[in-house]
Amino acid sequence: MDLITLVTFLPLVGAFALLLFPHSAHGAIRTFSLMLTTVVFFLSLKLLFGFISNAEMQFVKHVPWIPSLGISYKVGIDGLSLFLVLLVTFIMPISVLSTFEAIKDRVKEFHFCMLLLETAMVGAFVSLDLFLFYIFWEMMLIPMYFLIGMWGGERRVYATIKFFIFTMMGSLLMLVAILVLVYSYKQQSGVLTFELSQLYGVQLSERTQWLVFLAFSLSFAIKVPMFPFHTWLPDAHVEAPTAGSVILAGVLLKMGGYGFLRFAMPLFPEAAIKAIPLIVTLAIIGIIYGALVAMVQQDVKKLVAYSSVSHLGFVMLGLFALNTQAVEGAIYQMLNHGLSTGALFLLVGVIYERRHTRMIESFGGITKVMPVYATIFMIVTLSSIGLPSLNGFVGEFLILLGAFKAKALYAVLAATGVVLGAIYMLWMYQRVFFGSIKHAANETLKDLNLREIVVFVPIIVMIFFMGIYPKPFLSRMEPAVEKFVAGVTERRTAMDQKTDVIPEHFVVLDANDDEKARMDTDVNEQTGLDGKTEGDE
Amino acid sequence: MENYLWVITFAPLAGAFVNGILAVSFSNSQRSVNERLVSFIGCVAPLISFVTAVGIFFHLRGLPESERLVVQTLFPWLVSGELHIDFALMVDTLSMVMVLVVTGVGTVIHFYSIGYMAKDDGFARYFSYLNLFMFAMLVLVMAKNLPVLFVGWEGVGLCSYLLIGFWYKDINNAAAGKKAFVVNRMGDFAFLIGIFVLFAVTLRLGHPTLDFLGVRELISEHPDAFATTATVAGILFFIGATGKSAQIPLYVWLPDAMAGPTPVSALIHAATMVTAGVYMVARLSYVYLESPVAMAIVATVGAATAFFAATIGICQKDIKKVLAYSTVSQLGYMFAAVGVGAYAAGIFHLMTHAFFKACLFLGAGSVIHAMSGEQDMFKMGSLGKKMKITSVTFVIAALTIAGVPPLAAFFSKDEILWNVFTAGVGPAWLPGFLWAILFVGAGVTAFYMFRAVLLTFYGERRYTDEAAHHLHESPPVMTMPLIILAAGSVVAGFVGVPAVLGGSNWFHHYLEPAIGPIAHHAAEVAGHATESAVHSAGGETHASHGLEIALMVLSVLVGVIGILVAFRLYLHKPLIPGRLAERAKGLYQLVYNKYFVDEAYEKTLVKPGYQLSDKLCFRVVDVWIIDGIVNGVGVFARLFGSAVRLFQTGLVRTYALFFLLGLLYLIYRLVG
Repeated sequence: MDLITLVTFLPLVGAFALLLFPHSAHGAIRTFSLMLTTVVFFLSLKLLFGFISNAEMQFVKHVPWIPSLGISYKVGIDGLSLFLVLLVTFIMPISVLSTFEAIKDRVKEFHFCMLLLETAMVGAFVSLDLFLFYIFWEMMLIPMYFLIGMWGGERRVYATIKFFIFTMMGSLLMLVAILVLVYSYKQQSGVLTFELSQLYGVQLSERTQWLVFLAFSLSFAIKVPMFPFHTWLPDAHVEAPTAGSVILAGVLLKMGGYGFLRFAMPLFPEAAIKAIPLIVTLAIIGIIYGALVAMVQQDVKKLVAYSSVSHLGFVMLGLFALNTQAVEGAIYQMLNHGLSTGALFLLVGVIYERRHTRMIESFGGITKVMPVYATIFMIVTLSSIGLPSLNGFVGEFLILLGAFKAKALYAVLAATGVVLGAIYMLWMYQRVFFGSIKHAANETLKDLNLREIVVFVPIIVMIFFMGIYPKPFLSRMEPAVEKFVAGVTERRTAMDQKTDVIPEHFVVLDANDDEKARMDTDVNEQTGLDGKTEGDE
Repeated sequence: MENYLWVITFAPLAGAFVNGILAVSFSNSQRSVNERLVSFIGCVAPLISFVTAVGIFFHLRGLPESERLVVQTLFPWLVSGELHIDFALMVDTLSMVMVLVVTGVGTVIHFYSIGYMAKDDGFARYFSYLNLFMFAMLVLVMAKNLPVLFVGWEGVGLCSYLLIGFWYKDINNAAAGKKAFVVNRMGDFAFLIGIFVLFAVTLRLGHPTLDFLGVRELISEHPDAFATTATVAGILFFIGATGKSAQIPLYVWLPDAMAGPTPVSALIHAATMVTAGVYMVARLSYVYLESPVAMAIVATVGAATAFFAATIGICQKDIKKVLAYSTVSQLGYMFAAVGVGAYAAGIFHLMTHAFFKACLFLGAGSVIHAMSGEQDMFKMGSLGKKMKITSVTFVIAALTIAGVPPLAAFFSKDEILWNVFTAGVGPAWLPGFLWAILFVGAGVTAFYMFRAVLLTFYGERRYTDEAAHHLHESPPVMTMPLIILAAGSVVAGFVGVPAVLGGSNWFHHYLEPAIGPIAHHAAEVAGHATESAVHSAGGETHASHGLEIALMVLSVLVGVIGILVAFRLYLHKPLIPGRLAERAKGLYQLVYNKYFVDEAYEKTLVKPGYQLSDKLCFRVVDVWIIDGIVNGVGVFARLFGSAVRLFQTGLVRTYALFFLLGLLYLIYRLVG
């Protein structure tokens, strides 16, 4: 079996194996789940070491599935998806380990959902066939629905329904859009296929392209989530169990950004270009608005949830600034957000388990009783506010630099988020950790135990590593990112010749177009080729 | 020798790491950490840096003047597209001065801390933070490019945050730390945009770089391309500097920062970190020299801050607050200098200030230590009798800041005043005006400083018997640093004796290769408007030796007058200040309350910002509008469902009725 298929489906196999366990064997179930996810992580490392820094799809597996409908099982990774897959496999064992004491109820079902979720997430990142992608995309929804609905907090029913309706609405529109896309391609070329690399060659009328793009974008924008489609997120996070929040923030939200990167933008470049002012505006509103709203939250978890809205605004800004630095920064920021927001949710879970409250005012001065916890929380906070030499800075710097190249105003507005980020995070930290202990219940709080420390160590290591030495990540992303940028902007050039509309934010970009042109592979040339033979350069 | 640059920065990092591990691992145990071990690690680390730095200094001296530069590239850092940033260190003569000041004064203050922080719960944590600060500060001054400088720039801000809030159990300390970080972040925001502006221009010129030497080279080659950029970037970088170096309008965090342990105030908030802005402007001299506008702004803000903060210093009761405003004021002098292009004078004053202000702060710390934490000067008085070494060193440092010859600041401050007076920046009236402000400020400085000296060490005894019982001179580990720094305040000025007093101004000469446009391009820019500013201390001076001497005498006089007034008011007629304050009550209140700047920020920015976020963004937009729509859709669906449900009665006869009605309608359509 090929490596990607193994990494994708091993958790699913494990999930069904889990069904054979006796219901009450909690210890065995937990250990099995932890070991399985750890094995999957180490397997996925082989993807990293086997990866060659070029723009092509690698580890491609392509077998027909429903040939009469042009549906095939096609998976592969490139520089855009490699680290997102690794993010999933990295976060999973950590979240599983974090639930050992928190989840005491229906343990087997819980771990079944977790493993199912892992397959769905990896699958969505590696799919190169739209039908296959859609199946994984929808498959993510179900375990998440149960995670929140069964192991969640008091208002979990409201939160799950809200989550479900928001996401379903987007998904359905996307399904329609996929069908329109495939149908148009058939009319144009006579071939019925769901395979992505072929569909990249589709020619749509301006109007159709715009509508289909909007349908895709809405689906992804809800997932990101972008302002004003974000209100499901705080509710879902607040009600979700810790591990659910970690996966939701750490990985699921990345699907939105990845969807733009892999599907919405390269499939409909003209529409994407046209949408730049709209999406960048929403992204910048999201950055500032998310930060402002985070500032006034009383619940730590809600604060972190709103901070996600702000951070993911940076990701969207980076994607639509459409140059190498900004897009690389955006992908990097997705990874950063997965690590630091994931860690923040884990940290919130730690005190919630001890005190059964997350309200900021219930704490204060707990550094005294939980010094190790306070130290780790501080490092993660600093990562989240983008302190140079930690991971967050690399992403923010590249995004802002790229955005500045595209249009200076973008970067100036977005950079205010950096100031606001420091305000809400440090203010929260101050109220939770500093001062004297006000509540007697906090006097006896226990500091982290060994298991909890083990949960955080890998994340802390990565926070430093990615901040100090981002090169191994960036250099593997770069060829694919440059191909992506060229793919989208090249079409734009073609469009300019036709319609003579040059969006002004691309004026600066033109300066280094000739450099890009060298590296470009003609998109149309690419699209006719099968995945296995894509390495034509 | 260049292979050892990393040692300078990483020795303190290693110290921070080891002590950090010790701090964390002992934090939950009953035993306290071994203070000897911690202080050994904590002090040896900066000492290693200092010794290495001295080695580099002699290495540099051995090189020809124009080649005095060592570079060490450690690893590639931010590499993306045309952006290529190495994590690289560099020491030229400008960095060398900074490195020596930071490691030298820093090491002394580390030793002092052993005594000051003894028996504190967070002893290991303290040394860990302090070493981490040394690391960040050294990265800042040895950075080879702007992003690496920014690492140090934000790193020192972090350490400042951690150390101001070191005694976190008092929420006010923690709040002061947060205020410092946030205000600095506002400056950093501008700094970051400044970096992008420079990058965009170098990109347009086809040589994308953020390397100091690279940008310097490009500016020398294409001065025209930088015409407006230099102004924009210069102003943006300077806004960053107003945060870090506590200038108007972002100075508000520094007085609050005095909440930290006193050695921290000495090291971070007097001698080193707050001077980073001055260093940065000097480091980017070639950018500022392209923009007379940016230079005029720097000089004006500097002079205004120098005067403004000095007046606040007059009315403070807390000895550390006096020194804090004094620091803000002295930094203003440095900015006035670098603003008029007198980079060497600014850095010279930065160096002398590091000695005398660190000495003053550590002296204040010694007093506070002896008084069991008391900081109000009106509860002190006549401490000189019990604390001989502290009082003598404090007085020496106070005389230095007052500009009494031949102490260090006499040379450095006079060089600033002279350069400002003869500068060619801004409209014709500006240099004279700025000089006048700084001149009066010098008198005020001498006054508030001696007010502090007299209130603390002389005059009548105002402390309680309880306090008298504990009162003692500090141990040698604290007094030795005082003596070293006082000695530094006495002799440091001799490296920059101006020509008019028969010196050669070695310091000015030493810095030359690192400052201004690249030497071999100097001829091309000779006609440039700012040229006169660079060499104002050179060429024109000969014609006006007499004037220079006259100004020098004047500024010594104004200092002496300030001292004498302080003696008159606080020693001979101690009742007068109270009466004066009574008579000019409004003015006194205004100055005593620091012109109500903090309150104004609170009212115009902080409160409205919070209200806007809470009331408008969160409660109206999020909860009311967006969720209103979402829930509205839900409610609508439910209502629709309820309405439709009316038909689903579950009774067969109802369905039969509908069936019949439908059938009748069909028949009607078919037949009719």
